[in-house]
Amino acid sequence: MSTFLQSLLIAARALRVNKMRALLTMLGIVIGIAAVIVMVAIGAGASKMISDQISSIGSNLLLVLPGSTTSGGMRSGSGSTQTLTYDDARAIQAECPSVGAVAPTIRGAGQVVYGNQNWSTVIYGVTPEIIEVRDWIIVSGRNLTQSDVDGATKNCLIGRTVVDNLFGADDPVGKVVRIKKIPFTVVGVLGGKGQSPQGQDQDDVIYVPIRTAQRKLLGSQFPNSVGAIMVQAKSAEVLNLAQEEVTALLNQRHRIGPSREIDYTIRNLSELLAVREQSSKVMSMLLGAVASISLFVGGIGIMNIMLVSVTERTREIGIRIAIGAKRRDIMLQFLTEAVLLTTFGGIIGIILGVAGARIVAALVGWPTLISLDAVIIAFAFSAGVGVFFGFYPARKAASLNPIEALRYE
Amino acid sequence: MSEVVLLKDVAKVYIMGEERVEAMKGVSFSVAAGEFVSIMGASGSGKSTCMNILGCLDVPSSGSYLLDGVNVGELSSNQLAEIRNKKLGFVFQGFNLLARTTARENVELPLVYGQVPAAQRRARAMAALERVGLSGRENHYTNQLSGGQQQRVAIARALVNEPAIILADEPTGNLDSATTVEIMNIFQQLNGQGITIIMVTHEPEVAEFTGRHIIFRDGQVIADTLHGARSAAAQGGATS
Repeated sequence: MSTFLQSLLIAARALRVNKMRALLTMLGIVIGIAAVIVMVAIGAGASKMISDQISSIGSNLLLVLPGSTTSGGMRSGSGSTQTLTYDDARAIQAECPSVGAVAPTIRGAGQVVYGNQNWSTVIYGVTPEIIEVRDWIIVSGRNLTQSDVDGATKNCLIGRTVVDNLFGADDPVGKVVRIKKIPFTVVGVLGGKGQSPQGQDQDDVIYVPIRTAQRKLLGSQFPNSVGAIMVQAKSAEVLNLAQEEVTALLNQRHRIGPSREIDYTIRNLSELLAVREQSSKVMSMLLGAVASISLFVGGIGIMNIMLVSVTERTREIGIRIAIGAKRRDIMLQFLTEAVLLTTFGGIIGIILGVAGARIVAALVGWPTLISLDAVIIAFAFSAGVGVFFGFYPARKAASLNPIEALRYE
Repeated sequence: MSEVVLLKDVAKVYIMGEERVEAMKGVSFSVAAGEFVSIMGASGSGKSTCMNILGCLDVPSSGSYLLDGVNVGELSSNQLAEIRNKKLGFVFQGFNLLARTTARENVELPLVYGQVPAAQRRARAMAALERVGLSGRENHYTNQLSGGQQQRVAIARALVNEPAIILADEPTGNLDSATTVEIMNIFQQLNGQGITIIMVTHEPEVAEFTGRHIIFRDGQVIADTLHGARSAAAQGGATS
């Protein structure tokens, strides 16, 4: 240990002798490490944002949508018919073992009025399971209940944006709003979710019992139909199994066969977004790789200066060998010097990188995420750069012939 | 008296490209403990090569060299480093002190490589500096010292590990005549305390301060004679 401390002292002194040169050499590592930290922080921030969006949709989710139909040889687009029913949702819930919660929804738009304020928003007819499936939090009041659905009551849940636009600072729970001129009692307020991955405001929403929506609010030509069924698998592992079960059940219920084409589609939302997350990870790796190049260049700078230093101090090396330094001692001395340079540069680089990431977040508004892992890896990496690029000069120093080294002018 | 150095038929051949240079051709001599020997010869006579071999910086091509009873030719480079550290003390013509380092730290250097604890190192370095008359200068940086003082720091560094021999390579080559006498006086004092000293020089006046002259020519010893040494202390007293 004292040998280590000794060589640390010797190295620190050698660096002090050439302060300016040490600082400039270090600068390469400082910039390299800072760049890596900032780039990785930006990449990690982007990944985090996407994965947050994924969890805001709800996890392990399948979306069952009505399919297209063909009439007179003309095919209409997906969702153009109303082939899914409330009973389909109940059947999926009852008969598919891999399925957890099932939430049928029906969607419409309408004007909402409270007092002298009005707001145009999206109205969903839902069942209580929607809260579980979409990972909503009810911040005040209560959820809708099955009896709200069965009795088609005029109760509703409202989202953050609607609250802000209609109520301001008032507590909405218990208040009566008019949706398409029909009075509804607000029983609960939904917690904020922010933007969806597609950029829509997920909080600009009103949830009413699905039966109420079907019969009184959205007035459909097929009063039993639903716009979509959200199906949550019991776990990520059984997501595909759940998809197969739902497919089989719907094929059977809709009598899909050779003479009847499939009239629904199932989308796996998590999968879609996982692809996006993957691509953002690739992006952050690329950023990191580009930044690593500057770290590599910094390392070459270290090697260059260490070689110059070995040449300059040839005589000193000769003296040290003559009075009893072993090859290993000389090697250790120069390696310590290189590692001291890079770790010191690494520490400064980490500080600058963390500050830089904050500045990027503040100025450009990109989300950045600095993980402790990244900092520790950056530090270890800077020490590694010292060992790697210091090795060759150190070995050169240690292999000097003492007789020639002592005569070196 | 026991022999500290025993050279038997030592030859050293350098191959430089096509050319074979025989720097030493079968040199044999021995040095007993407590002797003060000067090795002389023109440049190219092989005296420097001999010094490098004596200093364990180089190994003989053939023949054997026993230092304090140990056959140096059979040792690994780490063992040679150990020998240089513990049994030899070097004094060079160009002083060869570390720049931007204090006198004491220079003297401590061999102890650093000998893994001596810091407190002990300090005490021994101070004692060695006192023996060469540099008490009070231990915290001076080497560039703040005169040539004579620098050479005394170098002698203290050579002394600090209580070596079997001090090897001095033209130790007065860079010094004026008054300082030369001063340095030779220190060598004579140390020799008087029982330390074996081997010195390379090409100046006969300097050699006169030693008790034995070994003269090299063309890689061979051509003369090995005992002399009554001139007293540097007396001469120093006369000049001052």
